Amino acid sequence: MHAITYEAPTTLDQAVSILKTHGENARPFCGGTDIIIQLRAGVRRTEHLVDVKKIKELQTLSFDAKKGLRLGAAVPCIEISESDVMRRHYPGLTEAAHLIGSLQIQNRASVGGNLCNGSPAADTTPALMALGARARIVGPNGEREVPVEAFVVSPGRTVLKPGELLVELLVPAPAPHSSDAYLRFIPRNEMDIAVVGVGAALTLDGDKVKAARIALGAVAPTPILASKAADALIGMKLDAAALEAAGRAASEACSPIDDMRGTAEFRLHIAAVLTRRVLSIAAERAKKN
Amino acid sequence: MSKKTLVEATINGETVEFLCEPRQSLLETLRDVLELTGSKEGCLTGDCGACTVLVDGRPVCSCLMLGVEAQGKNIVTVEGLAINGVLHVLQNKFLEHAALQCGICTPGFLISAKSLLDRNPKPTEHEVRYALAGNLCRCTGYDKIVKAVLDAAADIRSQGEGKAAAR
Amino acid sequence: MAESTTTRDFKVIGTRPIRPDGVDKVTGRAKFGADYAFPGMLHGKVLRSPHAHAIIKSIKIDKALKLPGVKAIVTSKDLPAAENKLEQSGEMTVNPMHLSMNILAHDKVLYDGHAIAAVAATSPHIAEEALRLIEVEYEVLPPVMTVDAATKPGAPILLKDLRNNEEGDKPTNVAQHYQFKRGDIAAGFKAADYVIEREFNTAMVHQGYIEPHNAVGIYNSDGQATIYCSTQGAFDVRSLSAQVLGMPVGKIKVVPAEIGGGFGGKTTIYLEPLSVLLSKKTGAPVKLVMSRSEVLRASGPTPGSKIKVKMGATKDGKLVAAEIWMAYQAGAFPGSPVAAGALCIIAPYTIENFLIDAYDVVVNRPKTAAYRAPGTTQAAFASETVIDELAEKCGIDPIDFRIKNGVKEGAPQVLGPPFKRIGFIQTCEAIKNSEHYKSKLTGKFRGRGVASGFWFNAGMQSSATVNIHTDGTASVVTGSPDIGGSRASMAMITAEVLGLPVTDVRPITADTDSIGHTDVTAGSRVTFATGMAVYEAAKDAERQLIERAAKVWEKKPDEVEFRGGMLHAKGNGVPPMSIKQLAPRFARTGGPITGRASVNARGVGPGFATTVVDVEVDPDTGKVQLLRCTVAQDAGKAIHPSYVEGQMQGGTAQGIGWALNEEYFYDDNGTLRNSGFLDYRIPTCLDLPMIETIIVEEANPGHPLGVRGVGEVSIVPPVAAVANAIYRAVGVRMTQTPMSPPKLLKAILKHRGATQHSAAAD
Repeated sequence: MHAITYEAPTTLDQAVSILKTHGENARPFCGGTDIIIQLRAGVRRTEHLVDVKKIKELQTLSFDAKKGLRLGAAVPCIEISESDVMRRHYPGLTEAAHLIGSLQIQNRASVGGNLCNGSPAADTTPALMALGARARIVGPNGEREVPVEAFVVSPGRTVLKPGELLVELLVPAPAPHSSDAYLRFIPRNEMDIAVVGVGAALTLDGDKVKAARIALGAVAPTPILASKAADALIGMKLDAAALEAAGRAASEACSPIDDMRGTAEFRLHIAAVLTRRVLSIAAERAKKN
Repeated sequence: MSKKTLVEATINGETVEFLCEPRQSLLETLRDVLELTGSKEGCLTGDCGACTVLVDGRPVCSCLMLGVEAQGKNIVTVEGLAINGVLHVLQNKFLEHAALQCGICTPGFLISAKSLLDRNPKPTEHEVRYALAGNLCRCTGYDKIVKAVLDAAADIRSQGEGKAAAR
Repeated sequence: MAESTTTRDFKVIGTRPIRPDGVDKVTGRAKFGADYAFPGMLHGKVLRSPHAHAIIKSIKIDKALKLPGVKAIVTSKDLPAAENKLEQSGEMTVNPMHLSMNILAHDKVLYDGHAIAAVAATSPHIAEEALRLIEVEYEVLPPVMTVDAATKPGAPILLKDLRNNEEGDKPTNVAQHYQFKRGDIAAGFKAADYVIEREFNTAMVHQGYIEPHNAVGIYNSDGQATIYCSTQGAFDVRSLSAQVLGMPVGKIKVVPAEIGGGFGGKTTIYLEPLSVLLSKKTGAPVKLVMSRSEVLRASGPTPGSKIKVKMGATKDGKLVAAEIWMAYQAGAFPGSPVAAGALCIIAPYTIENFLIDAYDVVVNRPKTAAYRAPGTTQAAFASETVIDELAEKCGIDPIDFRIKNGVKEGAPQVLGPPFKRIGFIQTCEAIKNSEHYKSKLTGKFRGRGVASGFWFNAGMQSSATVNIHTDGTASVVTGSPDIGGSRASMAMITAEVLGLPVTDVRPITADTDSIGHTDVTAGSRVTFATGMAVYEAAKDAERQLIERAAKVWEKKPDEVEFRGGMLHAKGNGVPPMSIKQLAPRFARTGGPITGRASVNARGVGPGFATTVVDVEVDPDTGKVQLLRCTVAQDAGKAIHPSYVEGQMQGGTAQGIGWALNEEYFYDDNGTLRNSGFLDYRIPTCLDLPMIETIIVEEANPGHPLGVRGVGEVSIVPPVAAVANAIYRAVGVRMTQTPMSPPKLLKAILKHRGATQHSAAAD
């Protein structure tokens, strides 16, 4: 690895100031599970790592029944999967955090880092998108909020400008009779990157769908929202035909590639299969809420 | 040459001060600076688990953590499992069950297994397999490793019961 | 069976003691190659080709040399010229020129990852930075990635000097054609009621040992070099490095470190000569360790293959003819194990008429190396699938079909000579009688498959020394690196012969200066051949103990007997003496006792395995889950049953990985796209069930203890067994590996389409 510097500020102001000083050559550093690999491989040439794990705002996990969830960008995945609050209110996002890598990785990796890495195959990003999460960013010019679906702009690139930092993710409180779910397909049972990942959030009104969001990963250059697939469900009963149609529509929203993880053809098929499965799981959960 | 940083950490129960470059991983620091070569390098991408150590009680891949991040942390490596020369029950069970062949993955498995049993003294076979899924072994097919961990858990439980009964 | 060694009354053999190297391995003290460090040691890194096929026009190293901390750089210019000829080395044939070209590319790079230059610097990071400053100018050539691409007319030629045994002076990518035949295949197929013909394609796969290749080289100003490395064969590292470096064998000492897995992949050299070259240039010890990516790109995987199998059987289930065409990817240089594959592909069966054609083909992939029963798993996938299909046609249970056609003692081997005592049928019967096979498999999309496998096993040369210490304990020294617990076996054999508790025997793997020549740890040969040397060395020590006791008792040696660990004087009432009692008298009776033996072991007993697996297939995704797995293997005498089981389980797990997800995935430019454990997917703990084992102990008559060797054959059946199980689960016959979700799903959808179509037509 080329030579780097490392700093670990304890306040947001300090972090922003260090990031601003180094501009393009600096990057926030959290669990390191992606960036250390990228630096070693020479894929990123960042010279200054700014460890953000010591900043309080980035380590906060708090839930309010009205305001929803504030998830600090540096909260490690393991804290999410071990949190009763998360399991109860956001089971899909919890599943996604629980699926990332091994326990060794989950102890270091964070949902915020997963998002900032900008991978099209990030597990937690479709789960956040399905929930309608927003990203709170601070930078030299103050604060801004961006919907998660607009955060990743291309593989490995995000809306973060030099000097900016993702502070936390804001997830709306779940409405009554709603829930979420996340499923991914991998060839083994653990340790793989998603070949396709699908997150869904549903709100039911009796046995009909009142609101729905479906998001997919690893099927396009960035994680995508399958809005048509979701919108077509509104007012529908989630029967076999509706699931079939949603699966087909989700698949149509994809523009996958052939690679070592699967063919485009395979991904299109799996996108439909997982969409059907994930909607069923979310619906089962929503009925109980 | 990039500048070195002074780091103070607790490693296997001892307070240790060492110098490392920011680009050096915790694994490199342990192996090359502190001469604790029990943690192994298998992939440097967090996929094999041979470098697993406990950081503040949690298993992490030391190849994906910087040495400088160890500042103020409590780290346990395979060298810290035996206390005063007395093997940890997992170490004994790995030997009894022939749960190692070449032995390169063994330190990582022991650390992951310790972390599991510290939290869950009564794991199911599936829970053991899940907890060890981040550690690759190419020699054993995992069969004897899983059996050794389940047996170690049983031993720990019966010791615990023994202690409770003695009270 | 009369007087089988397996029924002999052993005290130590057949028990399960704690392995003698165990404590070091669970405490982190065991020293693997990468754990060595020396004062003033430098770190080396290797520059590797980003192209699969290119001419090297120039290499500029000046900028890299100027980087502070960089001490030396070597390229192929630093290697002496090597001869273009074939030489025997261990179980491999080696062409010194090709070996040299693989260590550092000469004028051409032949695969993605081919080594071009090596740097020594004060830290691995600086060495790595220096690699980026080396400028290489390439003329890129079209990559040749498959057997088909390499053999089509006008294909780019990889090696301009390569000629084969059939095409005269024509440049070619086909390095060798082997043919084996018997009987009259036309007549054989005529007699067949059922004939099945299929084509199979298997992907290149890697051994996947967790420890990357490593070497520390120390070159002294007196011309002596020492290499510390993790290898399966220290003596092979010495002779191969001597060839590449143009040094006399006697000037190199190789110290085998603990080895973190090899499975055949650590039987050759990569970094070892580079460590010596760099040490010679810098005067300092130099350590090189491969990254995982380098291991996958540039060490020796096992070939991908294309195999066509046509087999015929009569209605009553007798195999009558086989016609086989097989071509293996050798990688960049000749030497795939295709001939071994050809000799094993129908070895478990008596077939009167066969014709096997086998081709070794060079392609722009890394030079292949041995991998557990080299060449045989690919072959068995093809033949065992066709046999499963024939059994089905005949309406015979697949195990019964194998028993009906299986080889027994006296049956001719593919090359003609008859088998001695073997245990193939016993492995089939063990599976047939297993609780697993007798159990009923229920549930949708579930299937059970069986398959069998054969492997020769190997003999070759081994040396051993048994030292009796002054307190009556012993050490046993061999030259066989211990890759799966063999030191335990060596200690147990010594303890058995000398009547000592196994804890009184310390086993050592010595360096190349400290023990007689010993061939590589490969071919399942260590417990067999090195075990034979150890047995004889212990017997030699026993003979000397008898002589010494005779001296003490002032008797003739033939008046003294050694039984049950005690020396007995024949006749009168002299109380027996233990080794412990005799040991303090060694000095006064002639000095220390050292038993010695060197063997070129004959009497190899081949191994067979039969495996049954249950799978469940997700028909919507093509994902296969292993539910249950049992393997039966003929070990001959199992010295340490736990480590025999371990070999069976490990080989089976590798076979399952090969079946389901492992593959070298190259893009159109010939760049390896999955050179890491993230996307080169070996099975995790969660992917496998417990692997049940049945050890068949059909004693090998060619070994004093009945040992056969157990390291390899268990990898052979699983790929075919999984394919056969998938067929029973979802009705599709898979003819390619890996049977990964995208491939299996495609086959399922095609099958569904075809059956729906035929249903509609009905």
